[in-house]
Amino acid sequence: MIGRLWAIAFNTFREAVRDRVLYNLILFALLIVGASVLFGQISLDINRIVLINLGLTAISLFGIIIAIFIGIGLVSKEIEKKTLYTVLAARPVRRWEFIVGKFLGLVMTLTVNAGLMSVGFFGAVLYVSHGLGRVDLPLVTAIYFILLQFVLITALALLFSTFSTPIFSSIFAFAIFAVGTFAEDLRGFAQMAEGVTRGAMTFVSYLVPNFAALNVISQVAHDTPVEPRLVLLNTAYVIVYAGAVLVAAVWIFERRNLK
Amino acid sequence: MMTHGLKVQSVYALLVALLLAMSALLVKQVDQVRADEPLQEVLYIPSPKVVERLSLGYKGLLADIYWTRLVQYFGSKHRAKSRQYLILEPLLDMTTTLDPKLLPAYEFGSVFLAQKPPEGAGDPAAAARIVEKGIRENPGAWRLYYQLGFIYWLEMKQPAKAADAFERGSHVPGAHPWMKVMAAALAAHAGETETATYMWTNILNSTEDPQLRANANRRLLCLRVDKEVSILEERAGIYAQQSGRPANNWQELVSAGMLRRVPLDPDGRPYQLRAGKVYVEDMEPFPFITRGVPPGQEINNMPGDRGFKVVPKL
Repeated sequence: MIGRLWAIAFNTFREAVRDRVLYNLILFALLIVGASVLFGQISLDINRIVLINLGLTAISLFGIIIAIFIGIGLVSKEIEKKTLYTVLAARPVRRWEFIVGKFLGLVMTLTVNAGLMSVGFFGAVLYVSHGLGRVDLPLVTAIYFILLQFVLITALALLFSTFSTPIFSSIFAFAIFAVGTFAEDLRGFAQMAEGVTRGAMTFVSYLVPNFAALNVISQVAHDTPVEPRLVLLNTAYVIVYAGAVLVAAVWIFERRNLK
Repeated sequence: MMTHGLKVQSVYALLVALLLAMSALLVKQVDQVRADEPLQEVLYIPSPKVVERLSLGYKGLLADIYWTRLVQYFGSKHRAKSRQYLILEPLLDMTTTLDPKLLPAYEFGSVFLAQKPPEGAGDPAAAARIVEKGIRENPGAWRLYYQLGFIYWLEMKQPAKAADAFERGSHVPGAHPWMKVMAAALAAHAGETETATYMWTNILNSTEDPQLRANANRRLLCLRVDKEVSILEERAGIYAQQSGRPANNWQELVSAGMLRRVPLDPDGRPYQLRAGKVYVEDMEPFPFITRGVPPGQEINNMPGDRGFKVVPKL
């Protein structure tokens, strides 16, 4: 089982890194990190803040774009190319192994991407701050949280890929991401509502992924450390939520007639 | 020898390069024609809360973008010697709503608001409001209380409120010890030259920032001019009483034993004496004086915690 999972994951990773769009997006993100050094110079007294805000936002947004654009095609492309039948029938690979393997492969890809972009980012921080120190530790936490965002969005993109076309999958994935950034506000609105509305809003506010809690970019830009408890809770939340989404993806995929 | 294919590629590349160079030249011409276009005074989305929602969680970056826009807006207006800064306060409100911890926005933004036109918006009440907002969001930032005290004292001429601001700030952990002294000095001797001298001397001694030090020195020189002009006019008045007519020049006071020599300003130029009034020859080195202002020139008591012309790089 581990062997099959690893094979699919590694194959997914290999295919993803062959995609030219990936390199263009990484390059663009690195350019933005470089530009943020200049951006700070046309503002006043916020060089480091601009670098961190712009650099981490670039890593986050571009990673999410990559996650969605590759994730939405993970299953549907295999169905289109008819390679899925070979993988499932001839190997044989169980359907859940296929889904989990694809998920792991894309997460690996995004981790490597984030790593490359982070190298560029920390290079820029080194240049602007004339060194790296303990004060930069929160930046590592912020990047870790960005990786957790990637895990969530990858699981969601994969879920949509199991039953929808790439276009609609991308729309759903972006929409869920946008709504997820309002998750804390939704819970606030739910508390102000009454009756059935309150119940429904509360349900929705807990159902949507809690992307808001994974964005600590503004906080670390002001050198404010992230509470260790939040790191543990967010990690646990992402594992559980992504697990739920993957189970749903496997459930749908198991029931899907591929012929 | 170049193959046909390579020749074709080279022709394409040359054509693209030439056309791009031509378009760059045309853009320069267009820029010259559009140089007089009025500055944009429009805030496309006026509500900070709406912008916050639209930011999808990346409000720190948006705050930086708005701050940069504000700095460029202020710089452009300042360079054009504009007397209207219509969207300065809304831009600052937007910036500080998106990122309430962005301290430079409160510090510099309040200076931009408080400075009299054409140096700034000339709205010290708005400057005080924005700094109070900063204090609510950042109660541990003692410099904001210092900024507020400065605005109340220098710009709004409200020494009691200034004393209160310094007093509140003096209790913040890490606050400079002279905050307490300033609070007491303002409460006891509000408005006096000695208080101002004390404050600027403390600022000079407590900072390594060259711009701040230069400004503090300039302020102290201006206070010296104010004091010297007062003393010289007093002596000219005594001479006029004793001799029955105002002195025509300094020599008369020197001959009367009221002065040892012709008095010079801190820049080494002789003070001017006309009909019993004393003036500096050139106000340029002393922009903050309130006494001895040459006739026809305006007092421009510059504001703010740093009390200097803050002109950001464009």
